[in-house]
Formats: sequence, C-alpha cells, structure tokens
Amino acid sequence: MSGSSLKIINGWLVDPKGGTEQAADLFIHDGQIIAIGAAPDGFVADQEVDAAGMWVMPGVVDLAVRLPEPGYESRGSIDSELAAAVAGGVTTLCCTPDSRPVIDSAAVVKLIAEKANQAASARVKCIGALTQGLEGIYPSEMHALKQAGCVALTNLRRPFASNRVLLHSLAYAATHQTKVFLSPVDHSLEDGGCCHEGAISVRLGLAGIPEIAETSAIATSLLLVEETGVQTHYSQLSSAHSVELIRHAQQQGLPVTAGVAIHQLLFTEASIEGYNSAFHLQPPLRTEDDRAALIEGVIDGTIGAICSDHQPVSASAKMAPFAATESGISGLQTLLPLAVQLLQEYSLSAPAIVERLTHGPSAIIGLEGVGLTVGSTADITIFDPNARQTVNPDHWFSGGLNNPYMGKILTGKVAATFVGGRKVYESEPDA
Amino acid sequence: MENEQKNIQLNSHGQLCHFLSIDGLDREMLTEILDTADSFIKVGERSVKNVPLLRGRTVTNLFFEPSTRTRTTFELAAKRLSADVLNLDINTSATSKGESLLDTLRNLEAMGSDLFVVRHADSGAAHFIAEQVTPNVAVVNAGDGRHAHPTQAMLDMLTIRRHRGEFENLRIAIVGDILHSRVARSQLTALNMLGAGEVRVIAPGTLLPSNLDAFDVKIHNRLSEGLKDVDVVIMLRLQRERMKGALIPSEREFYQTYGLTSETVAYAKPDAIVMHPGPINRGVEIASSVADGSQSLILNQVSYGIAVRMAILSMCASGQTRTAGSQE
Repeated sequence: MSGSSLKIINGWLVDPKGGTEQAADLFIHDGQIIAIGAAPDGFVADQEVDAAGMWVMPGVVDLAVRLPEPGYESRGSIDSELAAAVAGGVTTLCCTPDSRPVIDSAAVVKLIAEKANQAASARVKCIGALTQGLEGIYPSEMHALKQAGCVALTNLRRPFASNRVLLHSLAYAATHQTKVFLSPVDHSLEDGGCCHEGAISVRLGLAGIPEIAETSAIATSLLLVEETGVQTHYSQLSSAHSVELIRHAQQQGLPVTAGVAIHQLLFTEASIEGYNSAFHLQPPLRTEDDRAALIEGVIDGTIGAICSDHQPVSASAKMAPFAATESGISGLQTLLPLAVQLLQEYSLSAPAIVERLTHGPSAIIGLEGVGLTVGSTADITIFDPNARQTVNPDHWFSGGLNNPYMGKILTGKVAATFVGGRKVYESEPDA
Repeated sequence: MENEQKNIQLNSHGQLCHFLSIDGLDREMLTEILDTADSFIKVGERSVKNVPLLRGRTVTNLFFEPSTRTRTTFELAAKRLSADVLNLDINTSATSKGESLLDTLRNLEAMGSDLFVVRHADSGAAHFIAEQVTPNVAVVNAGDGRHAHPTQAMLDMLTIRRHRGEFENLRIAIVGDILHSRVARSQLTALNMLGAGEVRVIAPGTLLPSNLDAFDVKIHNRLSEGLKDVDVVIMLRLQRERMKGALIPSEREFYQTYGLTSETVAYAKPDAIVMHPGPINRGVEIASSVADGSQSLILNQVSYGIAVRMAILSMCASGQTRTAGSQE
C-alpha cells in the first residue's frame, strides 16, 4: 500500500451519523478511513495511536470563527487561530467576513486560503459578505464569491439600509443557489445596548439590548426568506422566542436552519454581575428561560449547529468600563470541554452533542465526507472527556486571551487532532 | 462557574474602603454614614469649619462629565477635612483621542493621590477604577452612567431622615425619568435597604426601565394616583435629549402630565416635603412656586451634600488606612 497509514486503537468511537458508539479500532490510509474494527488485509500502520479511555470522534466543524487576518494582526494571526482550532479539536472552521478588507472579493478569499494552506492545520472555509463591504447597501458579487469557494454569505449583525436591500440580497443569493447566514438585529431597537435588557441591566445601569431587537428582525426576515426561497441559516440565536420562530418556520417547510454559540447554552445575564467584561457578548447572554429554550432547541434539532463564535481580542480591549469593552470570547480551545459540561448538566447523550458539533454544521454548509465510516475523510479528534486541565496562557494558542475560563479548571481535553489522516495536534502530557 | 464576587467596597474588617454603589452595603453601614454626616453638619455650623481628619492626604476630583454642584460640594467636603484637593475636568473627547481610562488613571496615580472622586459617562466606571487602583487608594463614585450616584442618594436619605424621621413610616414617590437616572437607582436601593414603608415611581411607560424586579417599588403612570398620601416627593431632572429618542412628545406635555405644580403637589400629604437632585428645569418638571415654596428642601439638600461627602471621604480614608495597617 502506498501513502501513510494510521491506526487508532482502543478508543470509544462516537459518531452519531454512522450510528457508531462502540469500542473499536480505526484504520486510516491516505487520508481516508478504510476500515473499522478489524484491520484490512496487508495493513501496516506507519503510526499507531492508543486512545484508551477516550472518545474518537469526527473533527469538529465550527461555523463561526473570526480570524484576525487580514486586518487585525494585533489580535493574532491565521496561524495562531488555526493552532487554537486544532487544539480545540476543530478540523474545519468557517471564518466570518469582517476582516480588513472585508471578504467581498475573490482576492481576499484566495489570500485567506493561501495562508491557511501554509499553516497546514485546520481546514478553513470562507463565509463571504452578503453586501459589498458589509455596508448593507449593494449586494456583493455573489457568483464570484461562490466560485472562489465561499460556503455561505452573511452580513453578520450589521444593518441593511432597508428591507428592500435585504430582500434583493436574498433573492440574488437564491438565484446563485448560495447559502445565506443571517443574524438579524433591529438596530434601532438595539440602540447602543451592550447586554440583555432585563433586571440586571437595569440594576447595573447598562443600556440593554431587548429581546425584541432580535425577534422582530427574525420574524421580518423569515417572511423575506419565504418570499425568496433562499436557503438560510440563522446563526447565534439568543432568545427563547427566536427558537420558537425558527421551529415554527421549519414546521411550515421553510428552508431554514439555526445555530447557537456554546456560551449561550451555559451562561446567562447573571454572568455580567460586577461588570465582568469577559461576558460582554453579541448577541448578549439572556435569561435562564432563554438558555433553557436554546438547549431544548439543540435537543429537538431546531438548532442544528453549536459553534464557538470565536472572537479573539487584544488584552486591553477588555480593560475598560463594561460598555466600552469589546465583545467576544476566544472560544475555540474551550468549545469541547464546555460541550461536556452540557452533557453532565443535562444528561444528554454524547452522540447527540457530537452531532451538533460535526454532522449538523457540515450539513448546513454542504461539507461531505464527515464521519467515522469507511470512505470518510480522516478528520478525527481524540478527546478525553474525563481529563482535567487548567486553562492557562502557556498552553493557549489563540492571539486572544479573552476567555472567561483563563486560569480555571475545566473537565475534558483534546488529546490529538488529525486532518486528512495527518496529526496536526497532540496535547503535552502535563498540559 | 463559581461565583467569585466579593464586595470590593469593604475591607477585611467590613469597613467602608471604596464607595461605589448603595448595592452591597447593609443597613448598619448606611445608618453609620448618615450618623457621621449628622455630626459633620454641626461642624458646618461653626465659624471654623475645618477638621483635620484628612490632613496630608490628597483628594483628586476626576470628572469625565461636567458637573458644578457635585464637584464643588466634593471639593468643599475635602477641604473641610483639611485635604489637598486636585480638580481634574477631563474632556472625554480628549481621552477618546487615544488614551484609555486605565492610562489616565495610571498617570494620576503617579502623582500620589489618596482618594479619587470619579464621575464618568460609563456605568461601572468607578467600579472598574476601584479594581485597578493600587492598594490603599480609595475610590468614591460621583456618578457613573445610568448606574449609580450614591452620594446623592445618601444626601437625599439624610434630608428625609432629618425632616421626616425614620423611614419605616414613610411613603416616598420618585417622579420623572427613572429610565436614565442613576440618582433614581441609588435612591431606590437606599430606600429599600433602609426599610422605607412604601416606595413608588411615577413616570410614563417610556421613561421606566423595562424591568424593576431588582427593587421593591410600586409603579404608577398617573401623578394623581402616585402622589396620594405621600410624605416625600422626589422630582428628577428631565434631560432635554430624551425628546429625540421618541420617549416623550414635548416638554409641554410632560409638564402637563408629570410636572409638580401648586395644584399637583396637593395630591400628596399637606406636609409632604419636595426634593430634587438639581439642577432643576423650571416649568419642565417643577413649577417655580413649588421649587421655591415652603415644602421645598432643594437648597437644604445641597448643604447636606457637603456633610454626607465629608462622612464618606473620611470613612473611606479610614477604611483604607485600616487595611494598610493590618497588612503590616
């Protein structure tokens, strides 16, 4: 046999799609899984990995990662964030278009692809801008962006000049059969808010973002989606009513999916007590009822993807009075450990949560070959769900140290990550 | 995640070492502040008004927002405590040119200030500064965004206690722009903590916060109902920019519906006292006849403000000294 061969032994295979949850060995050749259980005839492993006591799962597919390059090099580099990705068990990530320049031309897509290739780490898929410059005025060159490899287009949380621009952008995307990611916000209702509008924002005197800033915009956009028939993914829902709106739309047969950031499933507005800027997020953390509804949405499938919503920022960006700080969590490296917390809290099954981190997001962007089945691409994460690790700057790869768990102990640790059968990350024994 | 919150306003002996918000202070502490302020009122009545409590200390008034009354009363309070006073009016547009709040603070610390009195447009700014200052430096909040104006609330509490007695028996109404008011938030917290009999807010729905669950308060939209049988009426200043936010149609309509006039003040008890944190908008939230009338304590509030600030400055300085001493 030519090409490199890899054998992962003694692991607990967790792959919801293949229906696999079993102890079995995995045989990989030339970047593909070629057998499960017994070795194929004549198989000779160049490399053997012992995964005893660990999960062997498809690599995580993260739909929302902000890369600092091009344009924000003080926050890190493509290299640093891809290193963080594989250390977090993420083998494919989708980068948001809010770089400088914005991803609204094929040239920027190519630049990012080249840097990602040089890094030879996690795979990078670009999400292009839905409007030129993300300015919400003119639709972007969607055909060119799709040709260049963008898996979807979005305007993030940026405003559209009018519903007419939104409608035409969606209709034009539908023409080119391009997936659209929407994070709708009514900016007139958001009005400078920096956290959930509720009892805590009132007591702390912080300008709040009411739930209706999100829900009214989702409701409007759903009517436009119905009108245009465009395939739409609602990224980063934050409220119970939003989940209801999406669930209802799905029941009506609209082509919509939804995603949520992992921190929305674990934290609430209470986290900002004491003006804790680590939890300054957009969309904001809301109430316990919202959190429960989002988890319910993940369980029943209304929400098909959990993402890290990774946003590295410089250290000084979080050192100011709350409203003056930048929002975001550098979350790639804590995504899987936090997902395990969710398991413990809700007695969800491991395959159910792994599905929302792998097959769910893959289906949304049309990524094929994901899974632990014969013939699948060997993008594999080996994860120890019981190991404890102290999150600390010495074992932190992202350019942004803005993670609320910095200095704290988390359960669950990525042991090794493979992309195309090649080992791209291995944890240090005492890390 | 474990709750790591600790009350940074208190030192390890439970004494006041920063004064950032009423939230987190218990009834005994608030009462101690009022009692201490009472004793300083007597000092203010003497011909020699100074006491040597802060001799050799430097108090820096760090104002990122314009203020006349609060800053001058803090300055007077510090001087009557024999402190050296440094007044810094920092144009926020200058700081937005690049210097972060943290850098500004580091520069001022290098000048050796013992107490910072801070006013800033961002909620939580004083809290942030208190977290960042070197040990043994006290921070007093002179108003942060919409969050708190705790020295104003304490001088209001002192006014109420001196003129109407204990809080348990009192009905108190706060009228006007509750939504944007740091004064109202601090007053509500203080009144709840001091056990006021009944606390009401009176405002149109657009000037009320969406959620008042954090406070024990009754909400009224109509002045006539809200003022009924009230012992204390606290009017708030209506900021002119509120009209731009489509929150109320006009000053005229606000005055007609929520303005305190000779007619509307009669809804309250005949001996009710009228207060206002200032500066007042005559003919917008209050009529001149009421502001200057016999029920008004608006000018008393200003002079009590000096005593309250003397109490808070001296208590914080002593709390920091105690912390420093216990570390040696």
